[in-house]
Amino acid sequence: MGWAIALHGGAGDIPYSLTPERRQPREEALRHCLQIGIKALNSKFTPLDVVELVVRELENIPHFNAGRGSVLTNKGTVEMEASIMDGKTMKCGAVSGLTTVVNAVSLARLVMENTPHIYLAFDGAEDFARQQGVETVDSSHFITPENIERLNQAKDANRVQIDYTQPIQNDTKNETEPPFANGDSQIGTVGCVAVDSNGNLASATSTGGLVNKMVGRIGDTPVIGAGTYANEFCAVSATGKGEAIIRGTVARDVAALMEFKGLSLKEAADIVVQERTPKGTVGLVAVSAAGEIAMPYNTTGMFRACATEDGYSEVAIWPDTKIE
Amino acid sequence: MVGWAIAVHGGAGVDPNLPPRRQEEAKQLLTHCLNLGISALSSNASAVDVVELVVRQLESNPLFNSGRGSALTAKGTVEMEASIMDGAKRRCGAVSGLSTVKNPVSLARLVMEKSPHSYLAFSGAEEFARQQGVEVENNEYFITPDNVGMLKLAKEANTIMFDYRIPIAGYEKCIGFESPVKMNGLPISIYAPETVGCVVVDSEGRCAAATSTGGLMNKMSGRIGDSPLIGAGTYACEVCGVSCTGEGEAIIRGTLAREVAAVMEYKGLRLQEAVDFVIKHRLDEGFAGLIAVSNKGEVAYGFNCNGMFRGCATEDGFMEVEIWE
Repeated sequence: MGWAIALHGGAGDIPYSLTPERRQPREEALRHCLQIGIKALNSKFTPLDVVELVVRELENIPHFNAGRGSVLTNKGTVEMEASIMDGKTMKCGAVSGLTTVVNAVSLARLVMENTPHIYLAFDGAEDFARQQGVETVDSSHFITPENIERLNQAKDANRVQIDYTQPIQNDTKNETEPPFANGDSQIGTVGCVAVDSNGNLASATSTGGLVNKMVGRIGDTPVIGAGTYANEFCAVSATGKGEAIIRGTVARDVAALMEFKGLSLKEAADIVVQERTPKGTVGLVAVSAAGEIAMPYNTTGMFRACATEDGYSEVAIWPDTKIE
Repeated sequence: MVGWAIAVHGGAGVDPNLPPRRQEEAKQLLTHCLNLGISALSSNASAVDVVELVVRQLESNPLFNSGRGSALTAKGTVEMEASIMDGAKRRCGAVSGLSTVKNPVSLARLVMEKSPHSYLAFSGAEEFARQQGVEVENNEYFITPDNVGMLKLAKEANTIMFDYRIPIAGYEKCIGFESPVKMNGLPISIYAPETVGCVVVDSEGRCAAATSTGGLMNKMSGRIGDSPLIGAGTYACEVCGVSCTGEGEAIIRGTLAREVAAVMEYKGLRLQEAVDFVIKHRLDEGFAGLIAVSNKGEVAYGFNCNGMFRGCATEDGFMEVEIWE
């Protein structure tokens, strides 16, 4: 059995009419991050190192809702969160409420490795970041014009948006809308799961959360068992509507179905996504100790990519269109 | 229609040398809270109302580590957290990093019912509290002299303390003992946890759970434990309601509360079997305990340390308040 890796850039209502200008940079980014993961696995990096590396890369890309490019709170600020879990040791780390840390997933790893705790948040997490000397920048670094526009749209509609939602259908708007308001709320939480040829598993997830979220709102991403989970059976990273993922303990449930009902990865992942969470709310990527991959979602689409050591690779957004 | 059942806890991991007077105080408080819950259940209150009511009572009493009487952060302040879950639709609410809210469990409920989210923390949660008009106090209100003393000891020992408080006068007596019980590498006399929680199944068979805590003594500011994490410290669904206490990191890794429900749902275990399974197999080197109720009117508890402050009762008249095994 060889290694396997899967990663996502968010699930949601990604319209089929997504223009090439909006689609291609994201496909390219997924491809790029997949290559980084593949290279690392071929160089025998541990799965824990690989998921951190890939998620760092996804955080740095402004097209996705994590790190730079994070969506904004109702006050126009960023509050980033992430978690990471090592399936072999079951050690985990999580952070929330970060405003200046360039790579939330790396801080989560430091919480896991350098503190007796699992989860640090807000000022305490920021203090820890400084103590650890991780890279921090002014929080304006993370804010992109597209996200300011998304926030304005959401405020106009007075709602909170999940990772991917269609723009508001407003009859009073004229037909030539600026490109970024036309069908483009397409950004999402990011995550990566990996397994090496010995069956060691790891998972990591990172996000800016929900557009127009209340300051202080925590989603599923840093909650172990909800957005992220890894044990000896599988590694899972989820995306979508955080409140649904928390209630559904999504990541943990995939592993629990495998363990307690003897289901395969694909069966377990499908049940969780299609039967145990409301339609339009969840997607996930998962790998098993046996090297299987599953990437189910109950939304219109999910930005995703995967590869296995035997040379197979895939980058996709919707169900039937594979880009390569 | 099912007979109702209720269980309440005040923390797993107890100093075997705990003075009898403190044991009595604890048992009296647990009995009082049970009776409050029983009274509400007999008036057909819903499970989620009862767990909130009981945990509020525990938070307001400085005896255990939640609300007033919370353990202190390394800065000497209080940062409280709580969560609540209504099994019927698996609705949930959680809060962390509260410094002025008198009853964290009630704010968690408001997050569940009055906000579009499931979990609010720190200044955002405090702001929400003000918007909702809940009762607030200065941070000093929550700080007890006992805990100030414990923090000092913990700093001297330069370790994290679980949330058990021993009166300063008693500590000198305890410290001389070679305590046979250790948690987190230190004698239980300094380390016992006292998160509080309540689980209920009402006469309609609906389950609910709630947990509340000040967290670890001398914790880093910003540290979040298992109590506000749905699936770890608290969980409720159609088949059961669970609240955990003990070493937070072990409870998170083991997704303990969800685990009880998962083995019931996916392996068909009954409540007590599920609780026993989880305590035996899901706690690696960690120490923890939990209370649980099922939609069949059963109540159960389990712990892998030497004691857990607990009480339980069922509609047929059964009632028990205990500390030790």
